[in-house]
Amino acid sequence: MTRFSAWSVFWNGITGQKGWGRQWRDPEPKPHYDIVIVGGGLHGLATAYYLAANHGLKNIAVLEKGWLGGGNAGRNTTIVRSNYARPGNREFYEHSLKLWENLSHELNYNVMFSQRSHIALLHSPGAIDAAARNYNTMRMTGTPDAEIWDLAALKRAVPHLNYSDTARFPIMGAAVQKRAGTARHDAVAWGYARGADAHGVDILQQCEVQGIARDGDSVSTLETSRGSIRAGKVAFAVAGNTSRLWNMAGLGKLPIESHKLQAFVSEPLKPLLDQVVVFGIGGAHFYMSQSDKGGMVFGGDLDWYKSYAQRGNLPIVQDVSEAAMSILPCLGRVKLLRHWSGLVDMSMDGTHFICKTPLANLYLNAGWNYGGFKATPASGWYFADLIANDRPHDRIRNYDLKRFERGLQIDERGAGPDPKLHG
Amino acid sequence: MTARRLDKGGRIDRSAPVDFTWDGKTLSGYAGDTLASALMANGERVLGRSFKYHRSRGIMSAGVEESGAIVTVGEGARREPNVKATVQELYGGLCASGQNSWPNVRFDLGAVSGLFSRFFAAGFYYKTFMGLPPFEWGHGTGLWMQYEKLIRKAAGMGTASREPDPDCYDHVHAFCDVLVVGSGPAGLQAALTAAQAGRDVLLVEQDFELGGDYLNDPGAEMQRLELINAVKGAGVRVMIRTTAFGLYDHGVAGLLEKVTDHLANLDPQMPRQRFWTVRAGATILATGALERSFAFENNDHPGVMTAAAARVYLNRYGILPGQKIVISTTNDSVYAAAAELAAAGADVIVADFREEAGVGLPDGVTILNGVAPLKVLGRSGVKRVDLAKHTNGSWVPAGKETCDLLLVSGGWSPVVNLSSHRGAKPVWNASQACFLPGTTSEPIFHAGSSAGIWDREDCEVAGQRAARQAIGENKKSSQPGGWKTPIRPLYEVRLPNQQTKAFVDFQHDVTGDDVRLANQEGFVSVEHLKRYTTLGMATDQGKMGNIIGLALMADALGKDIPDVGTTRFRPPYTPVAIGALAGRNVAAHFKPLRRTPLHDWNLRHGATMTEAGLWHRPWYFARNGEGIDEAYVREAATVRKSVGICDVSSLGKIAVQGPDAAEFLNRVYSNGFAKLPVGKARYGIMLRDDGMVMDDGTTWRLADTEFLTTTTTTNAGKVMVRFEELLQTRWPDLKVHVSSVSDQWAGVSIAGPKSRETIAACLEHGADISNEALPFMGVSRVTLSGGVEALIARISFSGELAYELYVQAGYGDAMMDLLWHAAETRGGCLYGLEALGTLRIEKGHVTGAELDGRVTIDDTGLGKMASTKKPFIGSSLRQRPELLREDRPQLVGIFPKDRSQRFKGGSLLCDADTVTGFGEGWVTGVTHSPALGHWIGIGYISGGAEAWKERPAVAADPVRSGNVDVEIVSPHMFDPTGERMHG
Amino acid sequence: MIRIPCPFCGTRDHSEFTYGGDGTIEYPALDAPKEDWHDAVFLRDNVCGMQLETWHHVHGCRMWLLVERDTLTHEIHSVRPAHPGLAAMFETDQEAGE
Repeated sequence: MTRFSAWSVFWNGITGQKGWGRQWRDPEPKPHYDIVIVGGGLHGLATAYYLAANHGLKNIAVLEKGWLGGGNAGRNTTIVRSNYARPGNREFYEHSLKLWENLSHELNYNVMFSQRSHIALLHSPGAIDAAARNYNTMRMTGTPDAEIWDLAALKRAVPHLNYSDTARFPIMGAAVQKRAGTARHDAVAWGYARGADAHGVDILQQCEVQGIARDGDSVSTLETSRGSIRAGKVAFAVAGNTSRLWNMAGLGKLPIESHKLQAFVSEPLKPLLDQVVVFGIGGAHFYMSQSDKGGMVFGGDLDWYKSYAQRGNLPIVQDVSEAAMSILPCLGRVKLLRHWSGLVDMSMDGTHFICKTPLANLYLNAGWNYGGFKATPASGWYFADLIANDRPHDRIRNYDLKRFERGLQIDERGAGPDPKLHG
Repeated sequence: MTARRLDKGGRIDRSAPVDFTWDGKTLSGYAGDTLASALMANGERVLGRSFKYHRSRGIMSAGVEESGAIVTVGEGARREPNVKATVQELYGGLCASGQNSWPNVRFDLGAVSGLFSRFFAAGFYYKTFMGLPPFEWGHGTGLWMQYEKLIRKAAGMGTASREPDPDCYDHVHAFCDVLVVGSGPAGLQAALTAAQAGRDVLLVEQDFELGGDYLNDPGAEMQRLELINAVKGAGVRVMIRTTAFGLYDHGVAGLLEKVTDHLANLDPQMPRQRFWTVRAGATILATGALERSFAFENNDHPGVMTAAAARVYLNRYGILPGQKIVISTTNDSVYAAAAELAAAGADVIVADFREEAGVGLPDGVTILNGVAPLKVLGRSGVKRVDLAKHTNGSWVPAGKETCDLLLVSGGWSPVVNLSSHRGAKPVWNASQACFLPGTTSEPIFHAGSSAGIWDREDCEVAGQRAARQAIGENKKSSQPGGWKTPIRPLYEVRLPNQQTKAFVDFQHDVTGDDVRLANQEGFVSVEHLKRYTTLGMATDQGKMGNIIGLALMADALGKDIPDVGTTRFRPPYTPVAIGALAGRNVAAHFKPLRRTPLHDWNLRHGATMTEAGLWHRPWYFARNGEGIDEAYVREAATVRKSVGICDVSSLGKIAVQGPDAAEFLNRVYSNGFAKLPVGKARYGIMLRDDGMVMDDGTTWRLADTEFLTTTTTTNAGKVMVRFEELLQTRWPDLKVHVSSVSDQWAGVSIAGPKSRETIAACLEHGADISNEALPFMGVSRVTLSGGVEALIARISFSGELAYELYVQAGYGDAMMDLLWHAAETRGGCLYGLEALGTLRIEKGHVTGAELDGRVTIDDTGLGKMASTKKPFIGSSLRQRPELLREDRPQLVGIFPKDRSQRFKGGSLLCDADTVTGFGEGWVTGVTHSPALGHWIGIGYISGGAEAWKERPAVAADPVRSGNVDVEIVSPHMFDPTGERMHG
Repeated sequence: MIRIPCPFCGTRDHSEFTYGGDGTIEYPALDAPKEDWHDAVFLRDNVCGMQLETWHHVHGCRMWLLVERDTLTHEIHSVRPAHPGLAAMFETDQEAGE
């Protein structure tokens, strides 16, 4: 593998770009792998990478029905933060953020993690107190960059927001995480793929799982569009399609519903907004940042109804535009360039699953709700740890499917067991 | 390019000259010009700079596919970046400027990046900028973020205004039987046919004139006018300057209508644009086709444009865009243009890539067969084009021609974007070298050149057939399409193994070499190609470049184009102003504002309002110079001393009626309601299915079969929906009707030792609300002085002797006048939410801050209320083990150890020895208690007050005010036995 | 925009409605064991394809509806009142009409 560096870019520049090889191989499937990861998205690729890199395992395949990174990897708003407050989530996302901070170097691939600050606007004294509780928790559990800003500090940092007293919800302050920011989503998929490939992982694209054969209480063979593949261990990391595979394995129901989440990008602009700004009040939910290319990237609520369709509808387009205009009123003449939709697996408490399953050699990584992108490194790290050691790391022991039976709901929003409310 | 305006011809109004400015220079055009045509007529060549290399770019097209002439229009708050000059109508005073350049587009220092372009291959930024060069030493993100600042400045295109957009935008909703998109030959015929069959037809055209391709043919003007008259006569609703930007589920289309973007004088009554949501029974897409280029060296120079564009500039705008013109083609479509340009006085050479010209040779036109442009020479314009021919599988030079304009037709791409929005996957047609519309089961029909039909009469017939299909008269369309003489597909011209700047995507500076590099690095699927090279991600969304990129990738892979894949188009078809999508729901109108019936009364009496969900509620009533802190403490003290009045109208109120009403409430609430006597109220807590607390409130039994249930302000809607769901889906056998009566009543709380006498002073003579007549939790009907009927309940949130009094909403002011007069004379006050908070915190009563969706009824200390004699919603799942743990955080009161100290809501409660980690609990609310004389708080802590009797605790607030030593106490901090409210 | 033919109000935009959830869930009796309640409250088939689901016409007649809808294409197959008594009335009406 050619090491990427300014030098290699320079050298290839003067030698006609001839030195670059494939960033990952395109191997033929082998009949058997020790570990088969189903899903060549961010989490699947990260898992493969850490299985090889952290645990020294070989003979691993990642199966992707389309093209790697073609699902939610490219359909999110690229926000990375760790401002979760529930025990478990707190440590998990903070670990993830720490992995993000060195990810470009670890993968030798510039994932462009820009720690530009994540700013959640606050509009009432009650909201400030509620945010303070979470940000105090962060501060006291190893996240020194959690801050509550008053209006003056906010105005200095983000000058063009709507600070008018006649705004429907005047801004009173903000909860800020300075180490949070955005990353280049495609680069994360490609960087993990390249890293996993370099460790010998077979990435099999255009390889759709069409059937799952069981040998009693374990998975024996995966029937794929590229032939049968026997597997020692099987791991699912397929986001919105989890229930479909679960059914294929004959496993019945899951605490998951698939919903669609739209994302939006504007035409490119010269720098206008230097941070991630989040806005949530009066039933609105909105977040925006500006990509390095200059497009304003927006996200909002789910489309509210369950869906497997990867296309959005107009009401959310309107909602998001209204929020954008209300927060940054100079956007009126900026034009929306594209909107699209991803398939998210919403869980019953808004928190994910990284766990063993009723089948002895099947492992599950699912239920990422809104949190999938930022979780990528930790998700891969802990999932790899689970698969390699066949036991959950202490930090993820509550990310199991049985937690609701125990009465544990890791519910950041307090929304209750209704998947659509965990946006 | 030496373009000049001809003395006659075109559709412009030569009697109406129009002045405008370009980069500060005043120029002149005519009404009917676009900004692009006016700039062209003025001899302006370089109008833009490319994204990455800052190369000079001129006009490349005459439509929405433009990738070169992208400019900024307007100034100050009305500055609009990234406007395609080719679709911007000219108006007097239009002010346009170049963008993505410094100091200007003609001389841009950013162009030095072109010198380093050999290093800026596709995706190079993924390989560097990580650490210290040359080997990316270091870790973390510090260096990247320094690079990022520079990259961000270089990237982007136009600059957005920093001022709020001063214009307004409207939303419009419409319905029709048939929506026809596009008013060319196919669209006009389709609209006419459907309308004549009696259908309600909406015809939309993105241009400012109807006619599509007719407009480019002066000979077709009579036919165009007749057809338009017929269409209007048949009752078709016709909209121009209106783009159908997206198709959505169930026949819904999004349209953008530009209302004032072409006007010199703005009418302040008019919106700038309108966003239409149209629900159509069927949709006919007569969206035409776009001519595309192909890749060769310097194919992006100003002076290279599509052949169709030249015809538009000649016939619509009366401009001869060049004097010595070379037209490079792969198909028949350029010959009309060649003849017209020659007739207008240009020297024209057609370089037809096909070995035999397909169409009769026009006069004055020279034909070269079998050649195509290899390279364009000239700096800021075209001076010469070198030609090449394809023999034995590779290109060889084949002469050169001097010229000042190179027109290119690499084939036509039907506009299939809208049906692609619906998931109809476009199908590659090799003989036509284009994607044709895919099939869909939805009533969406393509007609005309958007379906690969190129002949005008065929398009007209196709329009009629599509209409008959759309109205269900025809089952199948069998309209033939295709070229009479075959196209000879061509995507790239380059000498073997030569690296060139041959552009595939002009806006994003993606070259043929970039596509090959992507292939070399394994980015072989179209989705990877797009993402790695940014092909097709620019503001034209790949309208011109996508197919070239696909073809080059297919070539590199040795595959056919469809095997590389087709990328799905995403809405919007052309970019849509965010202001238009937002419409009027911005600024103060972003969300509805809910006001109580007493809102104005409160304001007249000095209320300062605060947000409570969508409501504005009185926060405090400041008297002469008080701030909030003085005001609320005074209000709370006054309530405890004499009497206070507080607007509680925003509480949810639900009338629960019917023979099974008591049974229904008994199932919904965790405590019993079956035996609540008529004339009594009861506080209830309802749980969710999962056993967590959902809401609380009082329910009043007004009659045997009639209850009035109150909810919290926040959950009023949610509880109502819940009731309806339970009654309609789970318990349809219960005979109960629920109706929301929240807005029907104005409600106030009257609290304090003098509340009874205050109310008594307001009642009709003889009314009895004594302790005997209206005991604690009693409900009764009374008549206020003057005859207003009221409901009264003796319930207390403040812990004082207190009542809630409800009247019809319209009598709210009258009630307040009465009560306030009586209270004022007794030394009473009005109080707001802040004082309400003080009073309830002193008493340890819970609100939304405590009921955050994660607490059980036991956590709140009210577990004893939950019935053990009956099942209720949540009674089963609240028994799960985690919810029964002894160490769960429980509701407590909090005092500062040093009573003079203040602490804050949102602080974490920790053991004084270990002020770190998650802590043992948290503070939900804090207030200064006048009754106790110091700051107090309410919150949750592991194990509850009992467990913390002797344990020192700290309220930690590192993000704001630091740590304060606290004592954990019972939540009932004031009058724990409740003597005052029973009194 | 999904367009839902409400049996009471006619065809309306989905923005007038709120999505409820899986319409096949049968909630157990209030005093049923917590295992039964767990399954009803927390587990879903999460069908990709035609599914029976509830919608609430919250900005219309406020009736809860049972909708058969394809979760992949959003195509709606049928709509009826969730209340079985009302649904039966509609069926009777239709038979009478035929």
